Amino acid sequence: MMGLRQLLSDPYISGIIWRGLAVGGLVSLCAALLGVTLVLKRFAMIGDGLSHVGFGAVALSALLGLGGEFQMEFALPIVTVASFLLLHLTVKGKLKGDAAIAVISSSAMAVGVIIYHANGGMTADACNSLFGSASVITLSQKDLLISTLLSVTVMVLFMLLYHRIFSATFDPVFAAASGVAGAGYQAVIALLTSVTVVVGMKMMGAVMISALIIFPALTAMRLCKSFKGVVLTAAGVSLVCFVVGFIVACVAGLPTGPCVVVVNLVALLAASFMNKR
Amino acid sequence: MNLIECNDITLSYDHRQVVGHLSFSVEKGSCLCIVGENGSGKSTLLKALVGLIKPEQGTITFAKGFTRKDIGYLPQRTEVQQDFPASVEEVVRSGLLNRKKKGFFFGRQEKEIALRVMDELELNDLAGLCFRELSGGQQQRVLLARALTSADEMLVLDEPATGLDPLATAELYEIIARKHREGMTIAMVTHDMEAAIANADVILHLDYDRSFFGTTAQYLASDLYRHIAGGTR
Repeated sequence: MMGLRQLLSDPYISGIIWRGLAVGGLVSLCAALLGVTLVLKRFAMIGDGLSHVGFGAVALSALLGLGGEFQMEFALPIVTVASFLLLHLTVKGKLKGDAAIAVISSSAMAVGVIIYHANGGMTADACNSLFGSASVITLSQKDLLISTLLSVTVMVLFMLLYHRIFSATFDPVFAAASGVAGAGYQAVIALLTSVTVVVGMKMMGAVMISALIIFPALTAMRLCKSFKGVVLTAAGVSLVCFVVGFIVACVAGLPTGPCVVVVNLVALLAASFMNKR
Repeated sequence: MNLIECNDITLSYDHRQVVGHLSFSVEKGSCLCIVGENGSGKSTLLKALVGLIKPEQGTITFAKGFTRKDIGYLPQRTEVQQDFPASVEEVVRSGLLNRKKKGFFFGRQEKEIALRVMDELELNDLAGLCFRELSGGQQQRVLLARALTSADEMLVLDEPATGLDPLATAELYEIIARKHREGMTIAMVTHDMEAAIANADVILHLDYDRSFFGTTAQYLASDLYRHIAGGTR
């Protein structure tokens, strides 16, 4: 086990670490902002469903012989389509929302696993896309670029549409009567969530990316009494938990995703405890 | 002058026709109470008035210069709101969106409208509290404040007193009656017949193909009312 200082003293390794911190931090921020409205609208499991679809898509791209660097481009349109489908099913009420998500996510998962097996067994690739990269070494300059673009987009949209997002989340019927188009706004949230899931999946893994969406919002909801407070706290909590989890992972030589999730869990438990007192 | 005229409208909810060939009008400054059994299409009718659904047949015409933006709407409370982290002030302010034609943020003048309404409905002491911590009566007063923040001309209220205790109900109806006296036009759905008769100038009783529309005095003399009053006594 190497100390953090030793790791950072190597320019090659420190480059990788800074890149991982930047990508993960930005994705954590987006996930937290989107998570607040998803959790409040009872769409929390959409992130989870989408990441499983992402896993299936990555498996498919491996089958088609696409290199690892094109996985994101391949998965993104598939996940986006799935997000619109999930929203449509949830809103139209053909299937109950949670059931619809379970159907889509376990199907995508099953197809993904079958593809990997038919394609030469569960390789390290399959493990990586399920549980996140064992190291952050696989993150590329392109990941950094996309996550920067994504987070700037999410933050700018969130600030500009803040009052509309609040109104549509708190009371969609009233918001619609005020001229806030629910469908358009939901489509934007679904699209941004898809991008967040696909970008974050590489680091966090398909089964754990939804934690980034759900945990910070839940933690913040236990601490704050206003929507603004919840949004700002969720963003802050998410960022801090990511950085702490990431450093622990680097120093202890553990995979990043699970460490970040465990730190988020500790924060949630602490917030629940403070709320109880 | 009629603010809204509905001519021979047919409305559906969940692919089921609930209102058929209905004609009525809402006069400026009047208080219209809409009564009828569950499933008779009361809420659906209000949704049509605020533009959330379109009639399958017939027309809803607004007076010249009167638009959807002049209507403050109070929908029924939802389950999501019961544990929603929002301050009272945030909820009241969200009514301001209805006044906005463009732009993303609220200006000082707009924020003053919200403050004035909160002052009027005696919500100042609750401003920083969380919506989920309020009693049912307080929550409903906050949502009424949001409706008043969103428009000055007309209120459209969907069962505002449902689930409230008698005191909170009386307080809420008193605020509505006061806004009516001040000149606001009111259209209110209620299943509280006594409150409807006490507050309304005009009553619309929905009953698919034999709906009643007329003044409160006419309604009390109608066969439909006698049938219902006879049935409950």
